[in-house]
Amino acid sequence: MSKVRILVGTRKGGFILTSDEGRKKWSVEGPLFPGWELFHIKGSPADPDRIYAAQSTGWFGQVIQRSDDGGKSWEPVGNEFQYEGDPGTHMDFSGNQHPWEFSRVWYMEPSPHDRDLVYAGVEDAAIFRSSNGGQSWAELPGLREAKGHLWQPGAGGLCLHKIVIDPRNPNRIFTAISAAGVFRTDDGGENWKPATNGLVSRYEIPEEKADVGHCVHNIAMHPSNPDVLFMQKHWDVMRTDNAGEEWTEISGNLPSDFGFPIVVHPHEPETIYVVPIKSDAEHYPPEGKLRVYRSRSGGQEWEALTSGLPQENCYVNILRTAMSVDTFDSAGVYFGTTGGQVYASADSGDHWTSIVRDLPAVLSVEAQVLP
Amino acid sequence: MIRVILPTHLWRLANSGREISLAVDGQPTIASVLDVLEREYPMLRGTVRDHVTRQRRAFVRFFICGEDWSNEPLDRPLPEEIISGAEPFRIIGAMAGGSG
Repeated sequence: MSKVRILVGTRKGGFILTSDEGRKKWSVEGPLFPGWELFHIKGSPADPDRIYAAQSTGWFGQVIQRSDDGGKSWEPVGNEFQYEGDPGTHMDFSGNQHPWEFSRVWYMEPSPHDRDLVYAGVEDAAIFRSSNGGQSWAELPGLREAKGHLWQPGAGGLCLHKIVIDPRNPNRIFTAISAAGVFRTDDGGENWKPATNGLVSRYEIPEEKADVGHCVHNIAMHPSNPDVLFMQKHWDVMRTDNAGEEWTEISGNLPSDFGFPIVVHPHEPETIYVVPIKSDAEHYPPEGKLRVYRSRSGGQEWEALTSGLPQENCYVNILRTAMSVDTFDSAGVYFGTTGGQVYASADSGDHWTSIVRDLPAVLSVEAQVLP
Repeated sequence: MIRVILPTHLWRLANSGREISLAVDGQPTIASVLDVLEREYPMLRGTVRDHVTRQRRAFVRFFICGEDWSNEPLDRPLPEEIISGAEPFRIIGAMAGGSG
């Protein structure tokens, strides 16, 4: 019987949650790397037992761990993330220029085809590539040439927090950076351009329709339809039907269009999920009710999914990388909270249960289906 | 042999145990001890000092014979008590620097 493995990164270590396709009974392993922040743990689609983990602390910096046995054992690999050449400066909060400084890895995206090829998104924002399983890393500096001097940190830092590879064409890659925007390369990472036309950030940046400066919280793609991307922006939920050439708003009837994660159903390319948060000033669900919102029409029309989720006195946040889907026929949807709960639905979001309730604050959730 | 005591996070990362012994050639200094440490335990590269600048990370401290040597020049010779192994070279995570 197939199994599902949920890789959970938290403020104080990593956890691995496993179950069978029924997804009723779960085993919980961890903490891995206790006391370290695990910003992201993700498995290789080409070899699910190859897992990469980004661990860091304020004391001892960044470490990258790699497992080749599904997380039973781990090996530290390369952790030298050196910007190519003189990285120059970017904007700081006050509008002054600030030197580019590496602080941590936010996101790791293994290649769909090659278990040794993996990309890392870092703070201060840049993308690195390793072709030897994380042993060494090289920056793709063309990204910073896309007006990097105008990028500025969001509240979480100037972080490159999402990397999406077009499954048809591995030379086409999208990155999302707070607060800079979405960027696309069509040549494997040498040249990048902002893909932000249609984004509007009123009262957030000096020119509300500027091509860089938008605080993009997450982007998502369905592999069967890679020209369509969905976005949870600081405010606004957006979609593009032409690979980022033009974005349109699809917030529709959401109770708030502020939030962090956005995911696509594994078998329905027009079914998407967000978790609305009250506002930029109050990072918790509106009315203290934890509600996942699902649109089955690619946006605009949204329904609240509440069965099994707390509907009073809930004031957690769901961070940008803390939501994922599995690929079982009856699709699983998962998310983790800053209160340490990990919720699971085995029926596309209709019903939810908590797998665990008292982990450290959850930073990332990634689901893998295993043969 | 120079005895080095590592903080919990680092000895777990190195899978070494809390105290390790390092053979350092010549006149031992902070820098030469760290050079040997990083050669013998490559997974610790970048965790005590920066890969590029080779400077101590902001929230790491060095204690030598009960004194804070964190801001001493990295090429300052270590005292006889450290060289003889009577006293350990302590690498410590600062009180600041954590989260949550």
